[in-house]
Amino acid sequence: MSANTTVDLQQVSATSLLRFATAGSVDDGKSTLVGRLLHDSKSVLTDQLEAVEHASRSRGQDAPDLALLTDGLRAEREQGITIDVAYRYFATARRRFILADTPGHVQYTRNMVTGASTAELAVVLVDARNGVVEQTRRHAAVAALLRVPHVVLAVNKMDLVDWSEPVFAAIAEEFTAYAASLGVPDVTSIPISALAGDNVVEPSANMDWYGGPTLLEHLETIPVGSDPSDEAARLPVQYVIRPQTEQFRDYRGYAGQIASGVLRVGEPVTVLPSGHTSTIAGIDLLGEPVDVAWAPQSVAVRLADDIDIARGDLIAPTAQAPAAVKDVEATVCHLNERELRVGDRVLLKHTTRTVKAIVKDITHRLDIDTLDKQERPGSLKVNDIGRVVLRTAEPLALDAYAVSRRTGSFLLIDAADGTTLTAGLVGEAFSGGAAHGM
Amino acid sequence: MSDARGVITAVETAETLENPYTLSHLDALESEAVHIFREVAGEFERPVLLFSGGKDSIVMLHLALKAFRPAPVPFTLLHVDTGHNFPEVIEYRDRTVEAHGLRLVVASVQEYIDGGRLRERPDGTRNPLQTVPLLEAIENGRFDAVFGGGRRDEEKARAKERVFSLRDEFGAWDPRRQRPELWQLYNGRHAPGEHVRVFPLSNWTELDVWQYILRERIELPEIYFAHEREVFSRNGMWLAPGEWGGPKEGEAVERRMVRYRTVGDMSCTGAVESSAATVPEVITEVAASRLTERGATRADDKMSEAAMEDRKREGYF
Repeated sequence: MSANTTVDLQQVSATSLLRFATAGSVDDGKSTLVGRLLHDSKSVLTDQLEAVEHASRSRGQDAPDLALLTDGLRAEREQGITIDVAYRYFATARRRFILADTPGHVQYTRNMVTGASTAELAVVLVDARNGVVEQTRRHAAVAALLRVPHVVLAVNKMDLVDWSEPVFAAIAEEFTAYAASLGVPDVTSIPISALAGDNVVEPSANMDWYGGPTLLEHLETIPVGSDPSDEAARLPVQYVIRPQTEQFRDYRGYAGQIASGVLRVGEPVTVLPSGHTSTIAGIDLLGEPVDVAWAPQSVAVRLADDIDIARGDLIAPTAQAPAAVKDVEATVCHLNERELRVGDRVLLKHTTRTVKAIVKDITHRLDIDTLDKQERPGSLKVNDIGRVVLRTAEPLALDAYAVSRRTGSFLLIDAADGTTLTAGLVGEAFSGGAAHGM
Repeated sequence: MSDARGVITAVETAETLENPYTLSHLDALESEAVHIFREVAGEFERPVLLFSGGKDSIVMLHLALKAFRPAPVPFTLLHVDTGHNFPEVIEYRDRTVEAHGLRLVVASVQEYIDGGRLRERPDGTRNPLQTVPLLEAIENGRFDAVFGGGRRDEEKARAKERVFSLRDEFGAWDPRRQRPELWQLYNGRHAPGEHVRVFPLSNWTELDVWQYILRERIELPEIYFAHEREVFSRNGMWLAPGEWGGPKEGEAVERRMVRYRTVGDMSCTGAVESSAATVPEVITEVAASRLTERGATRADDKMSEAAMEDRKREGYF
C-alpha cells in the first residue's frame, strides 16, 4: 500500500475480532512467521521496519531480524530470547486480529497457557524436516487443555523438503491423530514457507498439490465466537449501579459482562449463592434499554424484586442455574516460582468473587510432553500441570471448564502479597481418549 | 461524515443478519473496556483516570461514562500538565469536566520547575519530567488504581504490558514481576503504598480509536484535524514554535496545512502534513499511513531503542 492509496472506509471497518495465539520456537521459524504475517498484511510500518533494520545492522546482521519486531524488552533483545507474551494487532479487509505471541520453550508453559486462555485459535508451528516432536505435542496438549476451539498446524520450511506432499501429509496425519486423542475438535494443517511467504498470505506457486486456504485466509474465515443461544446464561455481578439522584432514585442496576448465553427481559432468574429468585425487569446496554442481551456484552440488569445482591454474586436463568459448591476439583497450571503444596491456604478468584481456599490434595502431576502421571507429587512447581482438590470457605457457582471457559476458570492468589500463583480449570483436563484422560 | 457512518452501519447490519448474537469488533472492544472499568470500581478504594485531553483519554472517559450510566463516574480525573499545552486542548479539558460534573486534579510540571524541584532539560522536552508530579499526585491523592490510555500497539515495550500493571511505591514497572493475566481475571491485589496502572484500551489500535470516535460521535479538540499553522521542521517532524526552544537558528518557520496524531508536550509533539478535516478523512489517512503515530510525532520515543521501557521502569505511564 503506497502513501497515496485511497482507502475505502468499508475496507477499514472490519467487523469481527479474532484472538489467536502462536506457539513454537525461533528454531521453527515462529518469529519469521509472525513477522511475515504482520509484514505481508501491511501491519509493519516504515518506522518500525527502519528501527529493526537499524538494530539488526548494529548487531552485525545482514538482513532485518523480524524477531526484533516482537521482542520488546531490553533483556529479550540482549539475550535473543522471548520472555513474555507479546500482543500484536493487525487487520485485513475482513477481520481485526489480536495475536498473542508466546515463546515455546519448555520453561515457558505458563506463557503458552496465558496466551491460549483467551485465544479462539492456536497456530502450532513445526519444522517440516523434524515433524512432530516433543515440543509439538506439548503445544497440542496446552491448546487441548485450555480448550482452544480451533488449532492450525503450520508445517513450516516446506522449501527445505522440496515442497514434498508426502512429507506434509505424514506430519499432518500424525498431529491430527494426536490432537484428536486429546479432544481438540478442529485441526487444519497448512504447508508453508514463512521465509519465502508461501501459503502465509499469498498462495504458493511451489505447492500446486495443496488446495486449501493460506494461513491468513483461514484466519480470516474461521467462525469466531460460540453461539450464545446454545449456552446457559451467566452474569457475574461486578458492581451495583445506584445513582441515588432525583431522577433515578430507585434505580438499581447489577452491572456485569455476560459470561455466556443470552438474557431476556421477563426471564425468571436465580441469584447465587443465596438462591433468591426474581425476574429480569430490564436490561440496560450501556445506558440504552434492550430486550435481549448476550455474551460478551457488558450490561446492567434490573430485577423485579428488591433482593440483596452484591459484587461476586451470579445471576442465572432459574431453569439453568448452577449449583453452589465448596469442594472444587480442578486441573491447574502452576505459574509461580513459589511451589503450591498440599495444605496451602490461598485466595481463589472466580469471575468476580474472591474467597479463601485450602489445597486439600494434589492427586497427580501431569508430564505435558508424555502425558504420564505422577501420583501424589506433594507439590507443584512453576510450569507444572496437575490435578488438585480444593475446599473453599464460601460456596462458588462454578461450571465445568469444558462447558464455559469463563465461569469454569479461576486463579489461586497468595493472600499475603497478592501474587498470582496458579491458573485453574474446573473439571477434567482433556475431553478425548481414555489413554490420556486426566 | 454521514456517508462513512452509513457504511459502518451497513457492514455491521450485514454481519448481524447471519447470526443475531455476534458483536462487531468495536462492540467487543467496548464491552471489554467497560468490564475493566467496572472491575476497578468494584475492587479498588480510590481510582483515578489520567485525562490529558488527548484522543485516547477522551475515548477512555467516554467509555467510563457509559460503564456507570445512569450514575456518575465514580472517580476523579488527573491531568499531569507539562505547561507546554495546546490552548485548544486545555479549553476542551475544562469544558468536558464542567459538562459532566467531574472532579479534576492538576499536577503541574511548571510548579515543580518554579519551585526548584525539577530542572528543565537541555532539549526543552518536558514529557520525561511528568513522572515525579504524577507519582506525587498519586501518593497525595492516595490513589490505588490509575487508569491510563496506553495501547499495546503504540510501542514494543507496551506490547508486553498487562491490563492491570502492578507498580511499587516508586511507581516502577518491573517486567519480570508482572503477573500472568489469564482469561478475563484481573488480579488487582497490592500492598499499601503500591498501586495498579490499568489500561482499558490495551487491545485497541489507533484505527479502532478513530472508528469508535466516528461511531459514537465523540467531539475532539480541533488540533486533531487539518488546520493551517506556523511550524518549523526538526528531525523530520513539524513542530510548533514557542518559548520552549524553537525555532533554533537555521530552522525556518512556515505556514502549512497540518494536524496532530497525538497530543503531548508541545515541544516534542510533531504535527503531520494533512488535509484531513473530518473524522472519516482522518480514518482514511490513518489506514493509509506508513508510520506509527509515535514514530511520526514523538521526538521523545526516538531517543533510544528502549526509551519507552526505561521511562516505564521509572514510573512513567
